[in-house]
Amino acid sequence: MTRALLTGNGAAAWGARLAEVDYVPAFPITPQTEIIETLAGWYASGAMQGRLTTLESEHSMITAAAAAAATGARVFTATSSQGLLYAMEMMFATPGWRAPFVLVNVSRAVATPITLEPDHTDVLAARDCGFVQIHCANAQELLDSVLIAYRVAEHPGVRVPVLVNQDGFYLSFTREPVELPSMDSVRRFLPAFAPGEVAFRASKPVSQAVAVLGGASYSYFRYELHLAVMQALVAYEEAAQAFAAEFGRRYSAVDTYRCDDAEVVFFMIGSFAAKAGDAVDRLRARGERVGLVRPRLLRPYPADAVREALRGKRAVAVIDQNLSMGFGGVLYAELAAALQGRPAMPMLCSYVGGLGGRDIRVEEFFAMAAESRNAAASGAVPATRLLYSGGELREVRKLQAIAAAERGEAGARP
Amino acid sequence: MSEFVIKSMKDLPSVHLLGAGTAMCAGCGGLQALHEVYDLLGHKTVVVNAAGCMTLLANYPYTPFRGSWLYTSMASAPAGAQGVRDALDILLEKKRLPPEENLTAVVLTGDGSAYGMGLSATSAAIERGLDFIYLCYDNEGYGNTGQQTSAATPHGARTATHAGVAGFGGEKKDLFAIWAAHRPAYVATVIGAEPLDLARKIQHAVSVKGPRLILSLAPCPTGWDYDPMDTVEIGRLAVKTGIWPLKEYRDGKVSHTRVPHPRLPVEDYLVKQGRFAHLFQPVRNDKLIAEIQARVDEYWRDVG
Repeated sequence: MTRALLTGNGAAAWGARLAEVDYVPAFPITPQTEIIETLAGWYASGAMQGRLTTLESEHSMITAAAAAAATGARVFTATSSQGLLYAMEMMFATPGWRAPFVLVNVSRAVATPITLEPDHTDVLAARDCGFVQIHCANAQELLDSVLIAYRVAEHPGVRVPVLVNQDGFYLSFTREPVELPSMDSVRRFLPAFAPGEVAFRASKPVSQAVAVLGGASYSYFRYELHLAVMQALVAYEEAAQAFAAEFGRRYSAVDTYRCDDAEVVFFMIGSFAAKAGDAVDRLRARGERVGLVRPRLLRPYPADAVREALRGKRAVAVIDQNLSMGFGGVLYAELAAALQGRPAMPMLCSYVGGLGGRDIRVEEFFAMAAESRNAAASGAVPATRLLYSGGELREVRKLQAIAAAERGEAGARP
Repeated sequence: MSEFVIKSMKDLPSVHLLGAGTAMCAGCGGLQALHEVYDLLGHKTVVVNAAGCMTLLANYPYTPFRGSWLYTSMASAPAGAQGVRDALDILLEKKRLPPEENLTAVVLTGDGSAYGMGLSATSAAIERGLDFIYLCYDNEGYGNTGQQTSAATPHGARTATHAGVAGFGGEKKDLFAIWAAHRPAYVATVIGAEPLDLARKIQHAVSVKGPRLILSLAPCPTGWDYDPMDTVEIGRLAVKTGIWPLKEYRDGKVSHTRVPHPRLPVEDYLVKQGRFAHLFQPVRNDKLIAEIQARVDEYWRDVG
């Protein structure tokens, strides 16, 4: 075991390297590109055995990834944002091939307006497609999750692709000390890929992804895929335990921080949860009983573990770094569904923030905690709040004034 | 078939590999070509299919193929072939696949994909030098959805989206030239109605490596509106009138494998198809017929 200073992207690439992936179909997109450049370098130098092929689009890239997995190779690929959206047809099509591979998505907000910094609208657009989703908050967790992802994906009862998510810029480009597991220990944890019956061979013809006629056959296969993804709850737990036994780091499906006696908890995914953790520490220092719940696994949805973490709490501030237009926060909706009708469940308050890399300041966490506590006391559910400050609005107004002046509009002044 | 050279109709395979009873329309010219091609390619293949009429060939739990099949999407069948080929190569290299288990990746697409949505993926596969065979059945429209205009629809043809008296006003895209401009290992046009010419070309394609692209005109009784029994005759007329030139690109040169002589008037081909009926009824449209003839004449004048 050695330690290295790695960016999130570097950690993701190391995960693929340690998993000894055979094949990487690739397409560049900010902020993911460093991953495929790193892997390309390792294949070229002989540090990795196999091949990286540059495709002409993410749609083709996911097609090639699944086709290679269906042929029996261990496959890794990565994308981000618009790339994930461009690939979406194949994100939905390929899980039904039951050919496991791992995709790292580096979350970045989606157009319009086009931008570079992160939120989770991209990855949540892929929530219904049949990929398992693991969400990471730091570089070590990312490297480890790639290894866990292969074990889950290749589990005989699962056999669907796994998406491992990290936040662009905040994690992808931040250097952190990371423990690199030894090759021997990784091989103990993750045996070589055994494709089983799903592989194209001259002696054993396979018809893959064939059409069906009628809802009965169609529903059968869709239910089967759903149940396979649900099986990943068990497979993930088994993999996380085996990982802890081998490497000493335990990744539960739902991470909790200072939750045991908490009355109010923040509920969020990804690296911005570190900001919530900081707010928790400060509020604790003031004597407030506040905690943080961070699901790692989002598909399959770890409903039991989420309920377990939230049972007996008074209020939850659900912070969605995504926006479902015309509804609000996706995590909030799913959490409400998971808690609906269960006894001793907390009041849920919904907040949308951190879009396009917008910071969530510690004062905002304080305000959300206070509002959630008050809502629980009064029993009145507050409307979803879109986090934004007067200062930010003034900044945008300034830009609008400059734009108007540039256009030479009458009365406009910069 | 490595040493054996197909010289006459008697040399064509007598055992047919593709099963019968598929969901294709009666008289499908694309299926006719596929039958002939598959007999020569054999079962050590993965047919990577793009959305189109042939998607319904493999219909759970049935398939007419003796070998493997992978349905992908309308745009990305060449990328599917890339993934299969890359994986096979890697597994062979790492000795995780015995050489006798190796397969040939074969893309199967209609013109909707080949001329349009899938063109970027095809171009990229050729540019990467992908070792694969690509077969396009070109029925000159989005046939599976009821023959709307595609980038392969010829000038003057009536389609579901160009149903007026002039038919489609645009031009058929020259996909052969676009492919050949990439300088792949092999490009050929074929038609099921000329099985000997087709077989010789497939035999050559099998004998070389790299991107090998086969463009088959696919007479379509439902889309072109004619009696299914006329598929072979219409196919032959397409060649004899010169509207579908049989040619190949190899070693940097284009050559014609059949120069129709004498070349029949294009009208002989058009008049048999309902999609061109507006050229003849209720009044004869001499101008448009002459336009179509002029395009064919111009093509062959350039061939010399």
